[in-house]
Amino acid sequence: MKELVEILAKALVDKPENVNVKMVEKENNVVLLELRVAPEDMGKVIGKQGRIAKAIRSLVKAAAVKQGKKAILEIV
Amino acid sequence: MKELEVSGRTVEDALRSALLRLGVSREEVDYEVIDEGSKGLFGIFGARTAKIRVVVKQNPVDKLVKFLKEVTIAMGLLIDVEVSVKEGTISANIKGENLGVLIGRRGETLDALQYLSNLVVNKNSEAKQKIILDIEGYRNRRKNTLQKLALRLADKVRKQGKSIVLEPMNAQERRVIHTTLQSRDDIYTFSEGEEPYRKIVIAPKK
Repeated sequence: MKELVEILAKALVDKPENVNVKMVEKENNVVLLELRVAPEDMGKVIGKQGRIAKAIRSLVKAAAVKQGKKAILEIV
Repeated sequence: MKELEVSGRTVEDALRSALLRLGVSREEVDYEVIDEGSKGLFGIFGARTAKIRVVVKQNPVDKLVKFLKEVTIAMGLLIDVEVSVKEGTISANIKGENLGVLIGRRGETLDALQYLSNLVVNKNSEAKQKIILDIEGYRNRRKNTLQKLALRLADKVRKQGKSIVLEPMNAQERRVIHTTLQSRDDIYTFSEGEEPYRKIVIAPKK
């Protein structure tokens, strides 16, 4: 899942070298993913009214479901 | 991505030799000047060669297929992609086993992947390509299901003389229903509510 978020974010931003994803496994099969990008790239991973963030979350959710987990993606 | 740094007497020279080495035409590359070079004084003192970095532009189909493969591998899925290009539209049909997870509920995941593919492929490119994704013919199957649903509900509305409100649907799906029932004279359709919860109402004509 971490890899998936990295691939998606790197493909969208202008500064792929500044993409950083941290993954923390919580209880009850919950996985917390924290995505960091360069400040000027924030818009590229959030989008108008969060449309891009929503699409990324959709895919992450699908990947998590496949592993029987629940993923939370936070863009920080 | 193919990249190359080349030097030459002038920028123009460097570019020419880079194209020769890469075996591509001028339209297929982007380049950035690292050093403009200098003729120096009398062509002797302080003369520097010009230096440029040349990058072969990726064509959108290659970009799309690469993106889809990377994403699906990271999701633990094995896929094949069949692509067809027509007038600025790239249609890609994704094939493989157990792709239900990639379609998602009512195609939600597929739509998300399609939206992101459009952004990624068109990033930094002037000529925008429209990308349409499908998985194992899902979009057609869904269209047939919606058409049947529309006809069945329209008959029910006529018999009962009462309106029926459908589940929320996205714009493309609502369009299928409106179009299917357009020519009926016993019922009519309209949408109500705000996105993304906009729904169709089928109502009897008096």
